Amino acid sequence: MPDHAHRSPRTPAWLAWFIGRLGYGLLTAWVISLVVFIATQALPSDPARVILGPDAPLESIVTLQRQLGLDQPLLVQYLRWLGAALCGDLGISLDSQVPVAQLLFGRLGHTLALLAGVLALVVPLALTLGVSLALRRDRPLDRWGLSALILLKATPSFLLAIGLVLLFSMPGMGWLPAVSILDPQLPLWRQLPSLVLPVVALSLSALPYLTRMVRASMIEALESDYVVAARLRGIPERRIVWRHTLPNALTPAIQGVALTLRTLVGGALLAEVIFSYPGIGTALNAAIQMRDLPMIQGVVLVITLAVVLINLLADLLTVLLTPKLRTARRVKMIRRNRRGIRPWWRRARRTPAQEATHD
Amino acid sequence: MTAALKVDSDVLRVSDLRVELAGQVDVLADVSFSLAAGEIVGLVGESGSGKTTLATALLCHARQGARITGGRIAVAGQAVLELEGEALRLARGGLVGYVAQDPATALNPALRIGALLRETVLAHQPRLTTDALQQRINETLVDVGLPDDPAFLRRFPHQLSGGQQQRVMLALAFVLRPKLIVLDEPTTALDVTTQAHVLETLKGLCRGHGVAALYVTHDLAVVRDLVDRVMVMYAGRLVEVAGCETLFKAPAHPYTRALLAAIPDIARRQPLQAIGGHAPAPGQRPAGCAFAPRCARRRAECAVIEPSLLAFEGGQQVACLAPYREPLPLGEQGVEVAAAPSAEVLLEVQGLDVAYDRQVLFDVSLQVAQGECLALVGESGSGKTSLARAIAGLGENVQGQLRYGGEPLAFTARHRDARLRHQIQYVFQNPYRALNPRQTIAQTLSAPLAHFFSVRGDAARSRVEAVLARVSLPARVADLYPHSLSGGERQRVAIARALICEPRLLVCDEITSALDVSVQASILALLRRLQREGLTVLFVTHDLGVVRAIADRVLVLRQGRVVEEGSAEQVLGRPVDGYTRTLVAHSPSLSVG
Amino acid sequence: MTETRWLADPQVRRGAVITALVMLLALLGPWLAPHAPTAMVGPVYGPPTAGAPLGHDFLGHDLWSRLLSGGVSVLWMSVAAATLALVVGGSLGLLAGFSRRRLDQAISWAADVSLAFPDLILVLLIVSMLGRAPWLIVLTVAIAFTPGVVRLARGSAVAVAGQEFVEAAQMMGYSRWRILFSEILPNILTPLLVHFGNMLTWAVGMLSGLSFLGYGVAPPAADWGLMINENQAGLLVQPWAVLAPALLIAVFAYGTNILAEGIGRVSARIGEKQP
Repeated sequence: MPDHAHRSPRTPAWLAWFIGRLGYGLLTAWVISLVVFIATQALPSDPARVILGPDAPLESIVTLQRQLGLDQPLLVQYLRWLGAALCGDLGISLDSQVPVAQLLFGRLGHTLALLAGVLALVVPLALTLGVSLALRRDRPLDRWGLSALILLKATPSFLLAIGLVLLFSMPGMGWLPAVSILDPQLPLWRQLPSLVLPVVALSLSALPYLTRMVRASMIEALESDYVVAARLRGIPERRIVWRHTLPNALTPAIQGVALTLRTLVGGALLAEVIFSYPGIGTALNAAIQMRDLPMIQGVVLVITLAVVLINLLADLLTVLLTPKLRTARRVKMIRRNRRGIRPWWRRARRTPAQEATHD
Repeated sequence: MTAALKVDSDVLRVSDLRVELAGQVDVLADVSFSLAAGEIVGLVGESGSGKTTLATALLCHARQGARITGGRIAVAGQAVLELEGEALRLARGGLVGYVAQDPATALNPALRIGALLRETVLAHQPRLTTDALQQRINETLVDVGLPDDPAFLRRFPHQLSGGQQQRVMLALAFVLRPKLIVLDEPTTALDVTTQAHVLETLKGLCRGHGVAALYVTHDLAVVRDLVDRVMVMYAGRLVEVAGCETLFKAPAHPYTRALLAAIPDIARRQPLQAIGGHAPAPGQRPAGCAFAPRCARRRAECAVIEPSLLAFEGGQQVACLAPYREPLPLGEQGVEVAAAPSAEVLLEVQGLDVAYDRQVLFDVSLQVAQGECLALVGESGSGKTSLARAIAGLGENVQGQLRYGGEPLAFTARHRDARLRHQIQYVFQNPYRALNPRQTIAQTLSAPLAHFFSVRGDAARSRVEAVLARVSLPARVADLYPHSLSGGERQRVAIARALICEPRLLVCDEITSALDVSVQASILALLRRLQREGLTVLFVTHDLGVVRAIADRVLVLRQGRVVEEGSAEQVLGRPVDGYTRTLVAHSPSLSVG
Repeated sequence: MTETRWLADPQVRRGAVITALVMLLALLGPWLAPHAPTAMVGPVYGPPTAGAPLGHDFLGHDLWSRLLSGGVSVLWMSVAAATLALVVGGSLGLLAGFSRRRLDQAISWAADVSLAFPDLILVLLIVSMLGRAPWLIVLTVAIAFTPGVVRLARGSAVAVAGQEFVEAAQMMGYSRWRILFSEILPNILTPLLVHFGNMLTWAVGMLSGLSFLGYGVAPPAADWGLMINENQAGLLVQPWAVLAPALLIAVFAYGTNILAEGIGRVSARIGEKQP
């Protein structure tokens, strides 16, 4: 039996894999930015006309176009934009004539605060709820909990947000602001009550999936052979839950959190609009309405990079927390069928003669 | 065994144990027996007999959906079934140990071996000092034959071989020095040589520490060299209890005899007798004796009175109204003269190399003569399955030469001529995945008919029913879906699918490893019948007993190379190669010597 | 065959009934509406009257009529989007699972890249750029869902293809297409069906969200999502104008959800028993 305890003195396998994934992620981000750029630039609407208004004379429009570089071929425009973006310059917003990067920076912070709040609320809650439900499987609490979660899951998220707005708009419920227009002068941490409702709305929509996933993987761990074997060895139940099942159940939950985050980025847009919260979502919405191309491109780039980062972190954590993957000589996330034999329609690249190894 | 040891030395005493499923359907009933200290007892039964339920009941545990509803279990004087909470937890492991069947799934993949051992000991003796703890762990590791260095303890289960994993399971059980250890088919997943070593270790541990052991298995041959007494279970009842020698020389219960007659023995070629019918599921026990419908000695009263376990001559106990009294007839050679294999070579393999991630076959050559049965033997990793698949047309990355009936044969089935393709057929190991779950049996069987012979409609239907009769399945099976059939029936359908193509060469890949002994016997008998009708069989297996039962010639593979080849008597009786000799020596046998 | 077993499950029954009820309401509604949905028959945010049992909305339309007429668009668009995604994504996924490595890698990579981007934002961008024609919205939502179906179809197909009965078919020499359609496809239908149910739920949410943001069906057409948007200002005066369509959307989503989950659970139970 080959001795797996030896690790090569060079980089551990998972690090090499991680670097590969990083490159892959950056490639993904680049492709998306390219696609969005082309899509937005190829629009029938003309940014110059948007800025100057529909009644502007033709010469002004042409001049502005030349100033904005809109008369160059598409590829050149893209390269210029990409080059500038890599230096941190994302152009000037057509709507407000302020550098996009500056606008985004402020808004990004707000949205990040929102997402952080949601994560801080949802993840512990989903973990506790998921584990409790799994431990009381099929008992009344579990059944009621599941029904409530399904109800929550089926309700579209923006309805939840509207419901909350409705609730807190009613007279007597003014202790939480129904809209979250932030005062740009005050720092965020002084205006926390404005964050509460959007965070709650987003958390309610993100909770069902994550809870059910934690519950499912916990149940699978509780029913696994090694738990039964541990119980029959006399290991205390408490230790079985904390040391034997929870770690194994949590690793799949990492991917669940990543998926939740991805969905949240989209859901945040709706929530921000409903609550008038000044974040990236409202910025994007406004930019779309005003055909503010540089803004749109900038926001999309930021969102894409964020999603790529999230995926990367999630995969990295999964590999590091799974001993089997962490100690493998070659990390491959590809799942093979049982025999490890490639399906018959895949030609393997190596032939036996080249592969001959001696005993 | 001195008299002093026998003073109140019953470590385990079970009386009238009863386990039920929901709805008062009993899985186990009227089970009573006892074990002395240091005694190893084998519990033998086929799937569904309730043996695993009995094993876990000794730890006051029942699987999901089952409950222990009656009886008493006393281990070293303690009433196990009345324990609760903390006392029960301490009894599990501390009083009664358990070794599970599949170590790969029974060990937590996220915990290191050392951590597992430490927590097990600390769960029962939390006040043990670190030094004492470490010493105990080291002692146990040495006892089970594992290295006791810290590097080993830091390994994860997936970094160990199958044999090492099972030894870790043994260590986890023995480190607590229980009075009784229950082992649930612990060597089923292991190679023959590894199995032999683990059993040796087990015997040494039990004798050395005076621990009683209950060894649950379906394989009578394995317990032959291991146990002092044997208990046979059928349909949730104990039907026979006897000393080891007595059981194998003069079994009293008809079921035990039938079981012995169905087990292929490496030492001699005997005609395998299948047991017709199948065991009743819980809740479907007939009135009277559960075995009566399948029993050759059935009498009128067997269908009315349910026999209980009564003392018999020679210290045996039998639950039968008409037990056998005479010993087994010896030396039943009954070698059937198989149709003398013609000299004509049907299949020829030359210099075959096969690689997947790495090379699995190195320059393999063999010949199969028309009408003979060639067995491909090897342990896991020997490449025997790859060889079989390459012959059947499922191989990839194959180099070398295949010749069939004198003409070259392509490596992939699609490239073979249609006329040749139907002549070579393959039967898979796992019957539960070999049939399309969304097609009826008739659809599965008619498809090749239409494909190869353009036979459809009524003609196809009649051929389907004919081939079902050939594999001894009733015609009504044709309209069922695979999930309504048992494993043995599914395997027969798979064979039928191969037969309906009118093959000349049938490649069977461990087709009986997933099946019970009695079912295996009937399928092997079927194969023998087909061979007599002119079919050439290539049989891949790791079980040398099966080889002796049906093979004419044997080819032994080791890590991708042919190490020995010859007739069955020669290779099994007088093996030349060292590896073959080890295999033969370690294979459990029913006969003495 | 096995379908009758599904209806025996209470959850499946409940989901099917709820979904069917809402669909009936939406489909038959326009005929049952007492007034035309765009006819102004009363005061803005007016109280319920004899001719308008639920009151009036922000322009004075009869709320009840608009409610009855507003489901069709949501329904047909979500069903169309989900079906389109299922068919296209399923085919692509099967194709990817079964082709030579390069085509598979290309398709899988394209799917992964698309999945990396949040659904709603993608749809928003496209719809805002290219206009609000209903078929375009459907197409866009379908595009957003397709990568998920591709991944699922491919994964299921590869898992099924690793089973021995597929190899048996291959050994018989069946053509690749035949194996794909007669051996593999029937065995991956169930997870795809469950995913279809989920897609219906998401589509409803997304379409009504789009309408709410102002990018969906154009006024003055009646559409539940649009109604929520239009009547938010009068939330305190005439809550039913927002609540009623919201409730209907939620009930439909709930019904499809329960149905999808029920199907998933039943098929997991029916699934093969292995020792």
